[in-house]
Amino acid sequence: MLAATSTTMTTTLWYTIRATGVVALILLTLTTVLGLLSASRARTRRWPAFAQVDLHKRATLFALVFLGLHIVTAVVDTYVSVGVLSALVPFTSPFKTFWIGLGTISVDLLLAVAISSALRQRIAPRTWRGIHWLAYACWPLAMAHSLGTGTDAAQVWMDAIAAVCTAAVLVALVRRIGYQRTSRREQVRFGATTTAVPVRHRPAVGGDPAGRALADSATRTARPPTSTATNTATRLLERHPR
Amino acid sequence: MTTAAPPRSERLLRTSSSDGPVGPDLATHLSLHGPLAVPTRDDREWSHAVWSELAASGLTGRGGGGFPAAGKWDAVTRSGRRPLVVVNAMEGEPASAKDRALLTWSPHLVLDGAEVAAAVAGAKEIVVCVADDRDPSAGAVERAVLERAARPGGCPVSVVRPPARYVTGEESALVAWLDHRDARPALRVDKSVPLRLGRRPVLVHNAETLAQVALVVRHGAAWFRSIGTSDAPGSTLVTVSGAVARPGVLEVELGTPVDQLVARVEPTGPIAGLLVGGYGGAWLAPAHVGTPYAAGPLAAVGATLGVGVVVVVPTTSCGIAETARITRYMAGESAGQCGPCVFGLPAIAEDLEQLAGGRADAGVLARIERRCATVDGRGACRHPDGVVRMVRSAMAVFGDDARRHAAGHPCSGHDVATLFAFPVNRPAPGGGS
Amino acid sequence: MSRATPVRIRLRVDPVACEAFGYCAEILPERVALDEWGYPVIDGAPVPEALVELATRAAAECPRRALLLERVSAA
Repeated sequence: MLAATSTTMTTTLWYTIRATGVVALILLTLTTVLGLLSASRARTRRWPAFAQVDLHKRATLFALVFLGLHIVTAVVDTYVSVGVLSALVPFTSPFKTFWIGLGTISVDLLLAVAISSALRQRIAPRTWRGIHWLAYACWPLAMAHSLGTGTDAAQVWMDAIAAVCTAAVLVALVRRIGYQRTSRREQVRFGATTTAVPVRHRPAVGGDPAGRALADSATRTARPPTSTATNTATRLLERHPR
Repeated sequence: MTTAAPPRSERLLRTSSSDGPVGPDLATHLSLHGPLAVPTRDDREWSHAVWSELAASGLTGRGGGGFPAAGKWDAVTRSGRRPLVVVNAMEGEPASAKDRALLTWSPHLVLDGAEVAAAVAGAKEIVVCVADDRDPSAGAVERAVLERAARPGGCPVSVVRPPARYVTGEESALVAWLDHRDARPALRVDKSVPLRLGRRPVLVHNAETLAQVALVVRHGAAWFRSIGTSDAPGSTLVTVSGAVARPGVLEVELGTPVDQLVARVEPTGPIAGLLVGGYGGAWLAPAHVGTPYAAGPLAAVGATLGVGVVVVVPTTSCGIAETARITRYMAGESAGQCGPCVFGLPAIAEDLEQLAGGRADAGVLARIERRCATVDGRGACRHPDGVVRMVRSAMAVFGDDARRHAAGHPCSGHDVATLFAFPVNRPAPGGGS
Repeated sequence: MSRATPVRIRLRVDPVACEAFGYCAEILPERVALDEWGYPVIDGAPVPEALVELATRAAAECPRRALLLERVSAA
């Protein structure tokens, strides 16, 4: 761990950067886990699905607030040179270019997801869903960023937090993957194949009694037309053989 | 226009004339029915006269919907753009062969009707839809189209082959297929708003309806109404099959009592029930077999006119088993769009199969009714509604059998070969869920 | 002086869009029940004033925008 140097303000800023980063990571973990759970239709009587979704949205909002603080303090702090540009454009920071860059990408994706959700009623459902899939990348990038950039990486407490967050996301992910609803289209195919009552067709043209009737009558010998009595159905399909 | 009107009950499918057998070719058609002068340019007076005649005739759709034909034309002509006329000859109903018969033996009547509809509605294009497993019918229409192409000034007609599934014949599904090759019915809140292909309104009519139009335009509304009843005028085609000696397509006057209709095809034994209106229609009990074959009287006894289909089920078959098979087939024909249909229909089929086999638990009858009530009206189209109606009517008509089966006693009819056709269920259309 | 007819709203489901998430039934059980397969059964009666806010929220929460609010002018 780098010893606190220079001014007290730098130290305070330094702690703030790390602290807000860790809190943001925990909130991001929470929102990711909730998102995976509601996508896999996990619900109990005391934890209805809409409440999970509600918490998921609020956690994301709070994560964005803490991320904002994290970024601002990192830019303001002069000890490490992370410029304003690096906050939004990945891999432009002179300090730990790669690891900061991962964090930048994560924030960019998160902003895209958050903005599209804010505009959800105005955009097509498919567009919203497409952008939301990017959310899957947010958490792993954020975790990698914090382990690679964070100077607390060697500390036990940081390891513990990282381990718990990772475990939570993995469990939720496994549940999500295991929950694959058969699409309704496929459901129709499955439903049609079982026939508990045996269907034994008469030998016919393609098992089609109506079509067979049509075919049969074409070969019947001709008969003179019956007198057109009123209110009787007329026999059709009496044709002369060709 | 001096060709005499055809005899009373032989209008759509003429088997012979005084000169001998008739063929489906154009020359024979013209000598039988006379020429039909359809203006090649917009002619308001003619269009209005034809429309009035059609409205006066009271012709209703023959594809199962039963809506007044003139009403559809009204909605389409008011929309301002040149519409498209679609001839629906899909005939997804397995027990029906009438549209096939029309295309095979009177294709020119159908095409005449389409031309008239196009001229009145201001359309410049006609599309004939024939299912992709009906090559003979498609061939017959294509030959007829070629014969007509030689005449000047006609409306271009193309023949297309949508996939053969039950719901593809539903008009919004058919238009969806023409638009983007995805034959799934649409949720239609207001049926008076015409369907659209892009911006063009589409006028979809069953092949038989158009054939009737061709006759009304030639011989007039009064002639059309000279048979049938005042509420249900004219003739209609019915495919009668099942336990009968001479199954086939009959042309009947609307209002003919059902037993007279059935007597012509010579049933082979005592009747347990009749399926009327198609697989999504309703069962008719032997006690009601004297009901006139028309929409109103059939509805009054819990049945429906639907598509012109009557299947005769004898006492040697098991009505419950046949109902189970039909339900299972219809479940496999779902478009796969709506949960209640996708999950509800197979569940009802399962219950019926167990009931037919005498393996069901005590609450099965109540469960079937509960599931029917749950599924009814909760899909985007009327497919599940039809199945529910059919199942409920089966529980009424075969009620005694149902109760015996529920008590654990299947009947000997269980193993009798089915009287119904079940084409293999093809995968539901479209991508995604 | 005439009073305008109050505009009531009514709930409706788009059965094609619905994928049985069930949020609507959690938020507004007074008007939405779920069938045995998880799909909503809607009470089509107009929504009383007290429940309008919840109904609006239920429609907004639907992940597939399948729950719709319809205007019904009722006397």
